[in-house]
Amino acid sequence: MTVQELPGAAAYRPTPPPAWKPLTDPAPLLPDPEPYRVLGTDAAADADPALLLRLYTELVRGRRYNAQATALTKQGRLAVYPSSTGQEACEIAAALVLEDRDWLFPSYRDTLAAVARGLDPVEALSLLRGDRHTGYDPREHRVAPLCTPLANQLPHAVGLAHAARLKGDDVVALAMVGDGGTSEGDFHEALNFAAVWQAPVVFLVQNNGFAISVPLAKQTAAPSLAHKAVGYGMPGRLVDGNDAVAMHQVLGEAVARARSGGGPTLVEAVTYRMDAHTNADDATRYRVAEEVEAWRAHDPIRLLEGELTGRGLLGDDGIEEVREAADRMAAGLRERMNTDPVLDPMDLFAHVYAEQTTQLREQAAQLRAELDAERPEQENGR
Amino acid sequence: MSSATVVEAGRPGRTKPATMAQALGRALRDSMAEDPAVHVLGEDVGTLGGVFRITDGLAKEFGEDRCTDTPLAEAGILGAAVGMAMYGLRPVVEMQFDAFAYPAFEQLVSHVAKMRNRTRGAMPLPITVRVPYGGGIGGVEHHSDSSEAYYMATPGLHVVTPATVDDAYGLLRASIASDDPVVFLEPKRLYWSKAAWSPDSPSVVEPIGRAVVRRSGRSATLITYGPSLPVCMEAAEAAGAEGWDLEVVDLRSLTPFDDETVAASVRRTGRAVVVHESSGFGGPGGEIAARITERCFHHLEAPVLRVAGFDIPYPPPMLERHHLPGVDRVLDAVARLQWEAGS
Repeated sequence: MTVQELPGAAAYRPTPPPAWKPLTDPAPLLPDPEPYRVLGTDAAADADPALLLRLYTELVRGRRYNAQATALTKQGRLAVYPSSTGQEACEIAAALVLEDRDWLFPSYRDTLAAVARGLDPVEALSLLRGDRHTGYDPREHRVAPLCTPLANQLPHAVGLAHAARLKGDDVVALAMVGDGGTSEGDFHEALNFAAVWQAPVVFLVQNNGFAISVPLAKQTAAPSLAHKAVGYGMPGRLVDGNDAVAMHQVLGEAVARARSGGGPTLVEAVTYRMDAHTNADDATRYRVAEEVEAWRAHDPIRLLEGELTGRGLLGDDGIEEVREAADRMAAGLRERMNTDPVLDPMDLFAHVYAEQTTQLREQAAQLRAELDAERPEQENGR
Repeated sequence: MSSATVVEAGRPGRTKPATMAQALGRALRDSMAEDPAVHVLGEDVGTLGGVFRITDGLAKEFGEDRCTDTPLAEAGILGAAVGMAMYGLRPVVEMQFDAFAYPAFEQLVSHVAKMRNRTRGAMPLPITVRVPYGGGIGGVEHHSDSSEAYYMATPGLHVVTPATVDDAYGLLRASIASDDPVVFLEPKRLYWSKAAWSPDSPSVVEPIGRAVVRRSGRSATLITYGPSLPVCMEAAEAAGAEGWDLEVVDLRSLTPFDDETVAASVRRTGRAVVVHESSGFGGPGGEIAARITERCFHHLEAPVLRVAGFDIPYPPPMLERHHLPGVDRVLDAVARLQWEAGS
């Protein structure tokens, strides 16, 4: 017996499914095919001279900070330093677009953004120096702890922004992550939560080409990292990460959009890490000198300097003045970092719980006894 | 400390039978009513009221902003809770089942447990992570794990687990009120256990970290918690027929651990058996046995024994009765204590 011969089969007609339509039109969410640029285009003439000078000063200061911190690793004063040289435009723009009440959620490479937001340059290096996990009170400048797990801080930014909105505060959270971090599960979950909750968050991906040694092509098969936004239902913006003015403009628009209830934005800054991953890494094993040189010609400081000098807003004296101020900052940093931090070993037990457990009290007593036993030797000069 | 032989002591006032699930729900409701900073979030906690109905009615009473259905993503749920706590809220996260909490493990150990320490006390995270745990309900894989050892191995977390209706209410209130993160393990086998309980005069629980003697005895101490407490109480009753008078200690809190109550009991009885569902190797029992040995060595008449689940992935439901420590296995261990003592 065939199917058609079954009783009642002749009367059967498949019912078409209910009409389907996409929840959101994806077209407005798609990034531009080319990274957005201002410097070197006609639009640059409209940029505010005061803003240009401010960005320039901060870029030069940031690069000097990176150089000084790297030098401190060679002197053994810092355990490690992941330089952001070449990425200063992303770092500075991220800090400058935020209001005081907003929150910055940096990754481990974003010391410059934290310092540009007002953190003490020495306190910002605590994690990397190895004296404290976080050298500052996150609430003071509204900067989440610089930390080493990848992309974990993105859902924190979403939760904080969501909580602020529930409380009726027009606070925006700007969360930073690298290209490698976009492969982590927490990146996905954070973007999804932010879009579903319409949380006032800006995600800034600094695509600097490599996750330690792994190039972007081995990191993702997406047309761009900004394209990932579309799948979550938020706009993706692709921007030249070495163009400080473009960065400031795109991030500023995203922050304004978030603040006004427009929801999250994913911004991909296309940039390049001029130094190795950290001082402990050898970048010559995985990238070629020609590529580095090509990016050197597209240096963020030179780009902005060209605009400023071309428009007659900055002369040799001005450039010299900015450099000298940056040198003074570096000298101060060097001097303060040359002093050994004074640490109390008993602090090991101080902040595990609000109230110490019996077990921790016992262990604290043990360490106290060990420290007391060591003391006479030191006093004897041994 | 009571010497009552009944796990669920009745309370004065208007008492009627209530389940542990109801007491947990009431604790959430009362905490939310008392403190507008308390927010409940998780998969299915809103309209559905949670798959175990613990959060039933909360979204209706407090609104979807206070009891929020989230996307299905445990790391995202807990990660968002971290940010919410950073902004001054007191999130209560529901992880639907024990093994579903594992994707959130990195957020838990890398951030929830460490934020106070990392920021030198500047940013404590008052988060309660509710995890229904343990077996005996006929669940298929990933629905019956006992994950307490993972949490106990993480400094910075409190790990508590109630075994009675009273404690379910009191400990959950205390956990939500705590400025430290608490992993609140709910023995789902006991969700429908009932006791006379008055929601009008709910229990006040001692600070997190205190064990309680549920039954006094002289021959040996059974040390247990959560889903294994009723098993131990039943074993203690049955042991009377053999002439053994067993004491039962309910830990209630695994971190912090109440060394004092446990050691005092074992010093009185001279013999101890640690009973729990989770695997024995690398499990809580090893730590507890070591603590007892360190503190009570000269009082011990026999080695400290452990009765635990086998060292196997949690078995399929048709075999779980062979895996879970039952009354007979506890009594066998008690018998071995007597033999070791040469009696």
